[in-house]
Amino acid sequence: MVMTDTAAGLRESRKNSIKLLRNERFGRGLVMACGLFIILLTLSVAAFLVVQGTGTFTKYHHSILEFLFSADWAPTDSVTEGSGKVGAAIYIVGSLLTCGLALVFITPFSLGAAIFMTEISPRAGSKLLQPAVEIFVGIPSVVYGWTGLTILVPLIRDVFHAKMGGYSVLAASIVLAVMMFPTITTVAADAIRSVSQEYRDAAYGLGSTRWQVIYRVVVPAAAPGIFTGIILGLARAFGEALAVAMVIGKTRAFPAGLLSPTNNLTAAIAADMGNSANGGEQNLALWTMALLLFLISMLFILLIHIISRKGKQAA
Amino acid sequence: MKKTLSMILSTALCVSMLAFGTAAVAETAVSGTVTAAGSSALLPLAQAAADAFMEKNPDCSIVVNGGGSGQGLKQVADGAVDIGNSDVFAEQKLDADAAKTLVDHKVCTVTMAAVVNKALGVSNLTTEQLTDIFTAKITNWKDVGGPDEAILLVTRPTSSGTRALFKTWALKDAEEASNQALETDDSGTLLETVKNNPGAIGYVALSYLVNNVDVQAVSIDGIAPTLENTYNGTYLVWGYEHMYTKGEGSDAAKAFINYMTGEEFSSNIEAMGYGVASKLTDAAIATHEAK
Repeated sequence: MVMTDTAAGLRESRKNSIKLLRNERFGRGLVMACGLFIILLTLSVAAFLVVQGTGTFTKYHHSILEFLFSADWAPTDSVTEGSGKVGAAIYIVGSLLTCGLALVFITPFSLGAAIFMTEISPRAGSKLLQPAVEIFVGIPSVVYGWTGLTILVPLIRDVFHAKMGGYSVLAASIVLAVMMFPTITTVAADAIRSVSQEYRDAAYGLGSTRWQVIYRVVVPAAAPGIFTGIILGLARAFGEALAVAMVIGKTRAFPAGLLSPTNNLTAAIAADMGNSANGGEQNLALWTMALLLFLISMLFILLIHIISRKGKQAA
Repeated sequence: MKKTLSMILSTALCVSMLAFGTAAVAETAVSGTVTAAGSSALLPLAQAAADAFMEKNPDCSIVVNGGGSGQGLKQVADGAVDIGNSDVFAEQKLDADAAKTLVDHKVCTVTMAAVVNKALGVSNLTTEQLTDIFTAKITNWKDVGGPDEAILLVTRPTSSGTRALFKTWALKDAEEASNQALETDDSGTLLETVKNNPGAIGYVALSYLVNNVDVQAVSIDGIAPTLENTYNGTYLVWGYEHMYTKGEGSDAAKAFINYMTGEEFSSNIEAMGYGVASKLTDAAIATHEAK
């Protein structure tokens, strides 16, 4: 009786372990397949962009210098001719300028909010501010754009008497700044939270005030994480097309000032991608702009890796 | 004999349906699937026609998408859709070999009108004034008999079919001053911008001005942008809307295009602000044949 019981138990447990092993193999295989698929997908998107994006230089023989630094944009929209100009400098400057300004506008606010919700009032932070910021992340970009178009643009027109109806670098930067806010705030707050409590205790022990603890100890210690947040926010802003397109005015000229309209990479691609002749000079120039956007976001990601590695070394 | 013939025919139809995934024609009712993509200017009309056509032919499914004329032509040339909608001739957007495989169906005409803000009080411009305005030679309305108000140009992207038509027929091929103009992706946004800015001028298809009370359509050289003036050949700023099929197209696609250009649907075409191609007088056709 006992013998058979143990024998049955043994058999049972062996069966179970085989099953477990099979499950584990299956699980591992599935996860690996998914992972490989994602890698393959990323690589093929990159390869596709490179193939399409280099057509401007290989098929139509424009120079990279012309594309990057000339403001003369007049590509022909036809697959047979290639006698136009593909200087994308206006779009590149437009993207850099609006994102840069947005960063300048929003970094103090984001940093302040992150410090408030972690150091100064953690309870209000976790109960009120954190959920509010998270809701911000979920708002679709078209809502930001539309709100900007109906409130911000007329406001800029009426308050500053902007010439071109209020469509301006300023409007685009403000919309982008609002869109960057949740990303930077959340990542910065996480970074500040992960600063070891011992650092704070040590600083207080040495007689520091709370302000001194924050700006001498906590913020420097969290700096790599804060920079990561800033770059992530910047990457989000750089790739944003819809919201910016609605308020930037899309005038093909360098902006004369904060209140004048200009254009940027994403809005220019979105405006002409569907109508332009496939494989034509204009179409391929747009692909080159897409490739440039891709390379810039790669650069951002590379920067994040470098910063986080440095942060680890320092810690 | 008749029975066997019809059996053979229906078998052949089934096979062709399987082979091409498209459609087959019975005596009257049409069945099958038709996909169309392309021009956003034609989209509202094509969608309305598809709805009406499907009501009459419940076994037929017609899917119409936008995407732009360039996309429509590419997709029909590639065989990705049955019908490619376009504001322009295929030769302008495809290479000659690909364009040769397509058959053009001119389903309707579209008339473009310059529009200004209602409060401006300008309702007529000469071709020369219009050209000077859009090339930014004239920058204040007082120079063309309007109030002292800065002109705000609102235009469409360079690849837009609307812009191409307006440039050819209203501006005598003069290039718009893109460096001093706001650009909008679609005619709806353009109308909003013109409505909200007192000095604004832009251009849209008449289909966007049906029931419009927000903006003022501008006559050119004293001729109002209307369908009548398009038909009689006096108002020149119009073009054909095209539906391209690869070769002759599937039977269902053909039936759909026939329905859209037919007598029955023509009142809908005009109600939506498009022009019926068969109503063009010889004089009107002649004005556009040269180009």
